[in-house]
Amino acid sequence: MVKNVVFAGLGGQGVLKASDITASAALIAGFDVKKSELHGMSQRGGSVTSDVRFGDAVLSPMTPPGEADYLVVIAPDQVEINRWQLRQGGVLIEPSIIDMGALTNKKAVNVALLGALSVQLDIDGVAWAQAIREHLDERHHEVNLAAFELGRKSAERR
Amino acid sequence: MDFNHRLFLSGDEAVALAARHAGVALMTGYPGTPSTEIVESFVQLGGKGQWAPNEKVAFEVAIGASFGNARTMVTMKHVGLNVAADPLFTAAYAEVAGGLVVVSADDPGMASSQNEQDNRHYAVAAAVPMLEPADSQEAYEFTLLAFAISERWRVPVMLRMTTRVCHAKTVVYADKTQPERIAAFYERDIAHRVMIPANAKPAHRRLRAKLAEMTAWNEAEGPNKVIDVDKSLGIICSGISFMHVREAAPDATVLKLGMSYPLPFDTIRQFAESVDRCVVIEEGDPWLIESLRAVGVTAESKPDMYRFGELNVERVRRILSGDVSPEFVPPRGKPPELCPACPHRTVYTVLTKLNCIVQGDIGCYSLGALPPFEGMESLICMGASIGMGLGLRHVLPADEASRVVSVIGDSTFVHSGITGLVEMVYNPPPTGHVVLILDNGTTAMTGMQEHPATGRKIDHQPTGKVILEDVARAIGIRRVHVIDPTRDQAGLESLLTECLASRELAVIICRKPCVLAAGKIMKAERELAAAAG
Repeated sequence: MVKNVVFAGLGGQGVLKASDITASAALIAGFDVKKSELHGMSQRGGSVTSDVRFGDAVLSPMTPPGEADYLVVIAPDQVEINRWQLRQGGVLIEPSIIDMGALTNKKAVNVALLGALSVQLDIDGVAWAQAIREHLDERHHEVNLAAFELGRKSAERR
Repeated sequence: MDFNHRLFLSGDEAVALAARHAGVALMTGYPGTPSTEIVESFVQLGGKGQWAPNEKVAFEVAIGASFGNARTMVTMKHVGLNVAADPLFTAAYAEVAGGLVVVSADDPGMASSQNEQDNRHYAVAAAVPMLEPADSQEAYEFTLLAFAISERWRVPVMLRMTTRVCHAKTVVYADKTQPERIAAFYERDIAHRVMIPANAKPAHRRLRAKLAEMTAWNEAEGPNKVIDVDKSLGIICSGISFMHVREAAPDATVLKLGMSYPLPFDTIRQFAESVDRCVVIEEGDPWLIESLRAVGVTAESKPDMYRFGELNVERVRRILSGDVSPEFVPPRGKPPELCPACPHRTVYTVLTKLNCIVQGDIGCYSLGALPPFEGMESLICMGASIGMGLGLRHVLPADEASRVVSVIGDSTFVHSGITGLVEMVYNPPPTGHVVLILDNGTTAMTGMQEHPATGRKIDHQPTGKVILEDVARAIGIRRVHVIDPTRDQAGLESLLTECLASRELAVIICRKPCVLAAGKIMKAERELAAAAG
């Protein structure tokens, strides 16, 4: 069974960082993983998406259109234009589910959304924490691990 | 497989790692999406890699390294191979010594390119063998194989990648850990390297004979494989299409071609005859199907609508079911734009105000063609802004001709704008001409790479610096100005007005560091100053 996660947002918001962390967490958890994204012109402040697929064996690196199990959108204004990517019954994870008032560093919203995503996935907290440490500068570890925890709790409450 | 050596790499990173393991002594290229990260990763891995001013020079440097019996790789995006086509075609006639591998990173769907040309045609046209990896594991393995093929048959080998192989990260098991060490040495070989007709005539025959040998090798032991499942449907594919095919049609029997030129026609024919229905699934041009039909292999091709853009799992399903109904068009996302404090914004504000006819070029400033400016009116290829501006100046009535301006970035100017200036001096239009070099001190669009006019190498260490204003003056431009557009917008406006009215040849260098790169540039300059004491 392959799980498809699509990340969306605007250039500079940490879309690719969020997908990097998720891919690493899935790898640490022992899955086969593929991650796909576009670089270059598309990143100058425009819409950015990135796909992470994981499972026993992943073939295409791209989530087939309309087959995302989870859609993680960092920019509220990018939700509608990306909704088509979700399969029927797929789960949308957007900033409105996070208690933004409790988020000490607003830039960590991407990692807070990963916390909310983590509730849905078969990847344990240790793997997530290790992946966050792997992809972020040490001085940002604490604030991002806290953001992840905040996102996880926000999702669990719902 | 050794779990401890399980790596997670993009195709570009996998090629760099394999190049390192293959003992590549020198890697060169010009930045271009989706190829850029190969040279960058190679340098990060401790290899000697460098940016050339353009792909043609990069290729020529690679030929020299090969003639010195060193292994070498040259990387570029698909359109870069147009620039390097001249050395490619004749290097195929010459006998390379050290393995020479050229990476062509194609961009089907044009994520960040001006066309979606299919560079498989180049392998055929230049008669060089071509390998097409489907994921990062194959990018690693095929890079090693490419060097072996190059040295066995003494030909350049093309590693043809595409965006979703270059930029997708997949699991890689690397079977080596240490680079091979190969000492370079020189041996004269005039008959095989001096391509005057007397030598080139036998060289062409020799190349065709090599291709025949490579065909036999590809048939017998090439990197092709059959996934044997249900014979009612057989699919022939290569590269990333293989992954989409396996997912879209898990029950189909599949022939995956790893070395797609020269093609193993016997293998293909046997495969096609072994299945009830045979379909060719290929991204881009119908090159494979046409090659097969030319030798009498019967197979179905994709409907022409799937020639445009990338393939994916859904499109492969549609091809297999013969679905030619209109495809779902996803809503358009937010288009890219110039950064809020980008110095190019000031330049386009002035150009728009002065009602200039702007001939453009390739870089971040291409975004000036989009709203809110819509101030750049052409984009064809690297360096074309100057020639196109001159052509317009020559034919338009004087009042219109006098409004024509060419806009080109610093890295693009070094890449292929210099010869445009030579043309300008040699064939000046009656109304003169004005070239704006937007010098933001970096190759911004591809991710802020150094170039010859920054005076720093790929690792940001100091090196010889090409001074753009000196180049313009040396070529024979008398009006050469340097201005900071953001500090003095009114000054830029009056300077441009004056240059346009002069009816002479003018180069205005708008110099202001890219806002994204400014911090890095200042840091590098501080470090250099500190090192100099």
